Amino acid sequence: MAVVQIRNLTKVFKAGTLGAVNNINLETKEGEFLVLLGPSGSGKTTLLRMIAGLEAPTSGEILIGGTVVNNLTPRERGIAMVFQSYALYPHLSVRENIAFPLKAQKVPKEQHKPKVEWAAGLLGIEKLLDRKPRQLSGGERQRVALARAIVREPRVFLLDEPLSNLDAKLRTSAREELDEFHQRIKTTTIYVTHDQVEAMALGDRIVVLHQGQVRQIGTPQEVYDDPADTFVATFLGSPPMNLLETDDVIVGFRPERFLPAGLIAPWAPIDEVTKTLKPENLLPADLLGSGNRIPLRLLVEHSEYLGSERVLYGKLPETRFRDKPVCARVSSSVLETYTPNTTYDFAVPEHELKFFDAKTGKRIPPRPFPWQ
Amino acid sequence: MAVDDRKVGVFMFLPAVAYIGLLIGAPLLLAVLYAFSDARIGTMGFHFVGLENFRSILQSPSFRAALRNSVVFTISAQIIVIVASSILSIALEPAFHGRWFVRLLILLPWVAPISLGAIGWKWILDSIYSVITWVLVWAHIFKPYGAPMWLGEPTLAMASVVLVHSWRLIPFSTVIMLAGRTSIPKEIPEAAAIDGAGFWRTEFLINIPMMMPIISVAVLFGTIFTFTDMTVVYILTAGGPFDSTQVLPSLAFATGIQGSDLAAGAAISLFLVPVLILIAYFMLRAAHRAEVA
Repeated sequence: MAVVQIRNLTKVFKAGTLGAVNNINLETKEGEFLVLLGPSGSGKTTLLRMIAGLEAPTSGEILIGGTVVNNLTPRERGIAMVFQSYALYPHLSVRENIAFPLKAQKVPKEQHKPKVEWAAGLLGIEKLLDRKPRQLSGGERQRVALARAIVREPRVFLLDEPLSNLDAKLRTSAREELDEFHQRIKTTTIYVTHDQVEAMALGDRIVVLHQGQVRQIGTPQEVYDDPADTFVATFLGSPPMNLLETDDVIVGFRPERFLPAGLIAPWAPIDEVTKTLKPENLLPADLLGSGNRIPLRLLVEHSEYLGSERVLYGKLPETRFRDKPVCARVSSSVLETYTPNTTYDFAVPEHELKFFDAKTGKRIPPRPFPWQ
Repeated sequence: MAVDDRKVGVFMFLPAVAYIGLLIGAPLLLAVLYAFSDARIGTMGFHFVGLENFRSILQSPSFRAALRNSVVFTISAQIIVIVASSILSIALEPAFHGRWFVRLLILLPWVAPISLGAIGWKWILDSIYSVITWVLVWAHIFKPYGAPMWLGEPTLAMASVVLVHSWRLIPFSTVIMLAGRTSIPKEIPEAAAIDGAGFWRTEFLINIPMMMPIISVAVLFGTIFTFTDMTVVYILTAGGPFDSTQVLPSLAFATGIQGSDLAAGAAISLFLVPVLILIAYFMLRAAHRAEVA
C-alpha cells in the first residue's frame, strides 16, 4: 500500500494548445478509494495514465510511496491497472492471463499456481481458469482483469472506467462487488469514471475534474451538498442543480430540495397541511431541517413519472426569473399529480440555497437575494 | 420490367470467369495434358504416356538439385523476409516525422518492376563492375582481383539470389505485418507494460502470438511467390553456376521452352502444385486456428 502524490502535474499534448492536465495537485490517503470524476475530455484518463507511467508528464511530479516515479517505467512503479476494455490477452487462457504479471516480473515459477488460485478465489473465477477471454461474459472479463491486477499485490490500483462496458443491471452488482473487494484488500485505489453515481457510491473522496483542472476534492457528500463552483453543482446530480443568475450572483438549489410547500412547512398549522396533502405524504419537518423557507410558485410545464419520483419541469412565473427553466424532483410517495400549465405552491428551505459569484462561478457566502 | 437480378449477376460476372478461364484455367489444363504426354516443340502428335515424365524427371540429377535449391531458396528467403519485416513493422509503427516517406521508400522495391530491380542488382553484384566489390577493395578488405565473385561461386550465388529475392518480398510482408500490428488494440501492449513485461517479452509473448494469423498469411503468400517465381534467378544467374541456383520454375523454363521438351517442363512445373496446395492448406488452417483461439 502506498500514498500517491501529484505535484503541479501538467500534460500538454501539442505545444501551444491548452493542456489535457493543467497544474494538478492531489494526494491520496493510505488505502483510500479516490475517484477521478469528470466529463469526457476533462483529463482524468490522462492523469491516470501519467500515474501509471503510460504517458510522460510535461511538467510536475508524481510520487508513489514518497518516491518520485516520473522516470520509472510502469513495471517499476508497483502499480496495477484495469483498462476500460480490460485488455485481456486474447490468445492466453484466463490462468495464463492472471499469471502473466508473475511471469513478466520473474516471480519463481512454483509460486505462480498458488498466487493465481488465490487471486481467482478472491474474485470467484476459479471455474473459468481454463477458458479463453472470448468465452467469458463482460462481467467475468472484468473479474479476470481485476484478478490479473491483484495477483502481484500492487501498491496502488488504477482503474479506468472498468464498469462502463457492462450493461446497467450488471454494473450495479459489479459496483457493489468492487466496493466489497476494496474493503477486503484495502489497497490505495484511483478510479476514473464519468458516471457520478459510480463516483458517489464507490469513492471515499471524489476529485471533480474539468478542463484538466481540479474543481473540488471532497467526500461524496461534500461535493454534492457543498459544491465549490457552478461546474461541480451542475455536473453532479440528475437533473442538475437549478441555477438562477442575477447581475453579480448566482443562486442554486437542488431539484429534490425544491418541494411542494406543504412538505417543508415546519410552522404551518396542521389543518392547513392536511387540507392539501394526505398525511402519509408528509415528511417530518425536522428531517428537512429547520429555518426559513422561500416560497416559490412553480408553473409546471411538463412532468416525467420515473417510478420512484416525479421530475417536474417548469418556470417560476412570480419571480424575476420567469423565463428561466427550473425543475423539481418530488418523491412518488407524494400522491399528488401535477397537471401541465398549472401553478403550484412550492418552496425551498433557505439553508438549501447555494450562492455563487456570477463572474467566476465560485461559491460565495449566503447573501440577500432579490427574487422579484 | 424488372430484370432478373440473377441473370444480371451472372452476366456481370462473366468477364471475370472468362479472364480466369482463358488466362489461368486453359494454360493449367494444357500443362496437365502435356505432363502426361510426349509433347515437344515443333511436333503435332500427342501420345498419352502416363506418369513416364514424372518418373524420368525424378531420376534426373538436375531436377533433384533444383528441388533442393527451391526448398533452400524458399525457406531461407522466408526466414529473412519475416524477420526483417517484423523489425521494420516495429520500427515503422509509431508516428514520427517523415514516416510516410520512409514507408514509401520501403515499398518501392515492390512497386518497381522486378526485372528492372533485378538488373540493377545484377550490376551491383557483377564480377567486374560490382560496386560492393569496389567498396570492399577500397576499404582494403579484399585485394583487387581477389574479391569474391558474388554470382560466380555456388554458395555466394545462392546467397545473392536469396537476398535479392528477399529484398523484393520484404515490402509486401512489411505492409501485411504493419496492418497486423495496427490491429492490436493499443491497451494490450500497455497492459503488458504495466504487468511488467519488457520489450522482448511483449513482442514474443503478446504481439507476435496475436499477429499469428496475419503472419501465416504473409508466410503463405511469400512461400508461393518464392516457390513459383524465377525472375530473380533467371536474371541474376540463369540457374548457374553449375545449376547451383537452379530452382524448379527456372528448370521448367529451361527444359520446356529453351530445351523444347514441353512434356518434361510441364511435369516439372506441375510437380510443385500438390506441394503448394498442401502448404496453403496448412497455413490457412493455422491462421484460422490462431484467429479462433
